Amino acid sequence: MAEYTLRLRRYDPESGDAPYWEEHTIELEPHRSVLEGILQAKARFDGSIGIRCSCRAAICGSCGVRINGRPDLACHTHLDKAERRAKDGIIEVEPMGNMPVIKDLIVDMEAVHWKKIRRVTPWLIAKQPVPVREYIVPRESMVDVTQSMACIQCGACVSDCLSMEVDPKFIGPAALAKAYRFVGDPRDDQHFERLKDLAEDPHGIYDCTHCFACIDACPKDVAPMSQIMRLRRRAGNDFNIEDRNNGERHESAFVSLVKQYGLLNEAELLPRSYGGDTPLAKFKPSVALEMATTLPAIARALLRRKVTPAAVLKPHKLPKQDLAAVRRIYDEVEGREQRAEFNIYISGKDEDR
Amino acid sequence: MSKVHPVRSHSVAAAGGINAAIAIDDDWTEHAYDTVKGSDFLGDQDAIEIMCSEAPGEAMHLEHIGVTFHRNEKGELDLRAFGGASKKRTAYVADITGQAILHVLYEQLMRHHLTVDRYEEWFATSLILDDDGVCAGAVARDIRSGAMEVFDAKSVILANGGNGQCYKPTTNALICTGDGIAQAYRIGAPIMDMEMVQYHPTTLAENGFLITEGARGEGAHLLNSEGRRFMEDYAPSKMELASRDVVSRAEQTEINEGRGVGADGQGIYLDVTVVPKKRVLEALREIVNIGRDFAGTDITREPIMIRPGQHYIMGGVKTDVDGQTPITGLYAAGEVACVSVHGGNRLGANSLLDTLIFGRRSGEHAANRGKDMAMPHAPASRMREDAMMISDILDRPRDGRRLSEIKDELGTTMNEHVAVYRDEDGLNTAHETVHRLKEEASKAYVDDHGSVFNQDVLGALEVGYMLDCAEATIVSAIDRKESRGAQFRLDYPERRDEEWLKHINVTRGADGEPEISYSPVTITKWQPEVRKY
Repeated sequence: MAEYTLRLRRYDPESGDAPYWEEHTIELEPHRSVLEGILQAKARFDGSIGIRCSCRAAICGSCGVRINGRPDLACHTHLDKAERRAKDGIIEVEPMGNMPVIKDLIVDMEAVHWKKIRRVTPWLIAKQPVPVREYIVPRESMVDVTQSMACIQCGACVSDCLSMEVDPKFIGPAALAKAYRFVGDPRDDQHFERLKDLAEDPHGIYDCTHCFACIDACPKDVAPMSQIMRLRRRAGNDFNIEDRNNGERHESAFVSLVKQYGLLNEAELLPRSYGGDTPLAKFKPSVALEMATTLPAIARALLRRKVTPAAVLKPHKLPKQDLAAVRRIYDEVEGREQRAEFNIYISGKDEDR
Repeated sequence: MSKVHPVRSHSVAAAGGINAAIAIDDDWTEHAYDTVKGSDFLGDQDAIEIMCSEAPGEAMHLEHIGVTFHRNEKGELDLRAFGGASKKRTAYVADITGQAILHVLYEQLMRHHLTVDRYEEWFATSLILDDDGVCAGAVARDIRSGAMEVFDAKSVILANGGNGQCYKPTTNALICTGDGIAQAYRIGAPIMDMEMVQYHPTTLAENGFLITEGARGEGAHLLNSEGRRFMEDYAPSKMELASRDVVSRAEQTEINEGRGVGADGQGIYLDVTVVPKKRVLEALREIVNIGRDFAGTDITREPIMIRPGQHYIMGGVKTDVDGQTPITGLYAAGEVACVSVHGGNRLGANSLLDTLIFGRRSGEHAANRGKDMAMPHAPASRMREDAMMISDILDRPRDGRRLSEIKDELGTTMNEHVAVYRDEDGLNTAHETVHRLKEEASKAYVDDHGSVFNQDVLGALEVGYMLDCAEATIVSAIDRKESRGAQFRLDYPERRDEEWLKHINVTRGADGEPEISYSPVTITKWQPEVRKY
């Protein structure tokens, strides 16, 4: 047994008071979970502490909270680990972000998370005719969608999605991972329609900024951002969907510029994102117009020295052997017959036998 | 209506799969026989025949609406081995089958949102009977606002699971508090087979979490402190894949005779390292996580310590094969119900099946029944009574015991005396304890006096439900003076068909005390025989 102190964020909507912090000292073995700690505080000291919880085993997805500022399931975080990460030795637990708080650690999942889930037409639109027995589909395809199927809808990724913080309308990591579950399912009849919809939506797949926060947050290794990137590859590479958000063009410009220069050429990136993946893009009148609208952003980038005027005129240069190494990566990846996708359920390793 | 968001429901934890005789060389009658034998011949064979014959169609329906069942090399549904089964007949999604099915069913609810209203995070407080004794609806509380409402209903289908929280430890979620069983019991419905409480052979020694039977289905071994596969002494032909009651008893015997593992000798090793690692990562991912996160064990490299733990309630509200309880208008399906297809012991991967088949049948029957019926008007007086009951709890003086202590004592008592091995003395002790706890619970106070998400006061109601369920389990276990399925009486170690091949029914008497009656077991094809694995 060891003693731990929990600092809980309390909020009683009926009191008229602002949220406040409250500390409780609990006694449990170090490998017990933060949830068990909270339940002990609730059992011994104050039954009014509000937290959703059910299975205690990281499968029902009820107890998403922020622990020491990071999203996780309370039942999935050991007390000793949480204490090590605490800034002053006191384990801090507060409600998840990006969602309104109802009471104490309970947030309104319906108003944000579930609304976004419903946005992606979250059910199978089955290919017709429906067979008498099962659909015959490749073995790998079902193992593949298992990773997004493993999502328990806990909201941890939604809590810490940086894009959603800036753009609350962003469909977001959980819902887009759910979308992949259908786009990756060979029984679904609407892959193109789904991808087009998610690519054309200004708050869709190209609204993700690739920050990895959702991958860090996910307690089930669903890796929502990876699923979003897979949606992009399916949309851009497999269906050649050119979206009105310039997402697909931006991505292919990125890829071909790095291939050409070995590093990003910022001055070329923007015109090509608007005008297509060609050096002539910057001379298109339509591009000039769109570029003009982004002048404030460019000015800010220059001010903050994200790009320098010199780089605009003269692209980065890599030593020859480094550039060759970058190109070899391209050859290797592009030379594969099938696109390799990372999936935790599919492991090539089998060192034992 | 659900007291938690539907995807938080405990079906999410059903890991291993769902049984259906869909293989070319399989037949539903074999599945039925395995189920009858698994039930130790206490299951009703007419119901078992319906469940097993409808299983393949149900599995295909699930597949068609989107469940991502794993496939074999030909792209057909793959099947894994499971306990007590004579063939591989368990369809699965890695080891998250229940989660996959529950989430897909919720997808269908979202799809049909225009025709199906959902009341998520509403807590039903009681069922309502009209003057003719017909179930006419329910009273419920909106957890988010605390508002009470009466719901008129042509039919009410209970689908709220078992009462595993009566035990500590248990694999069951905190929400499994027997609400439906107790609510039906309180309005006069009989509850049946309540003495049959399943202990799962592989729960994590650390904290009682479930390790799926799929692990043994994929080939994992059970080892005692001598490193020996002891199941060869108990079930030489099925070994680790004998019925759950058999394996759990074998483990408990090994532990009691000093061949357990771990510091206190209270564990058994489950050795998953004999399963190819690639297969483990693909098909047993969840228990890799559980081992890593909750026991600090890499199950692909070393054995993990497990022990038998409370897992499932075979008993429940007595229903017919259409989910109808003896109370007109009241249906039940799933763990809350007792059809009885599981009898004395449920086979692994038959619980999702039971829930789905009899859930469907209940729904269809209730829908047909409702066609030519006027909507009844449930008397609102019931709501006032419930509101009063809740405010009485809120007003209790702070001088009784804490609710959490009552719940803890119930759990440890049940796990000590109403477990794998039972005897008269232990059961009587448990009975006295539950009597006292009932008295204490009626005075226990709560801390939360608010309306919004007052989990404290709902917890008080739940403890009341749990105590009713526990009492029914204990009186049934005392009454059944034989050993059958999950009930093993040290003082009556033999199965005695002449006297005890019958169901025990418990109803609430006029004085509020449980009354026992009996109902026959339906036998169609399979006469009772000696049960060996």
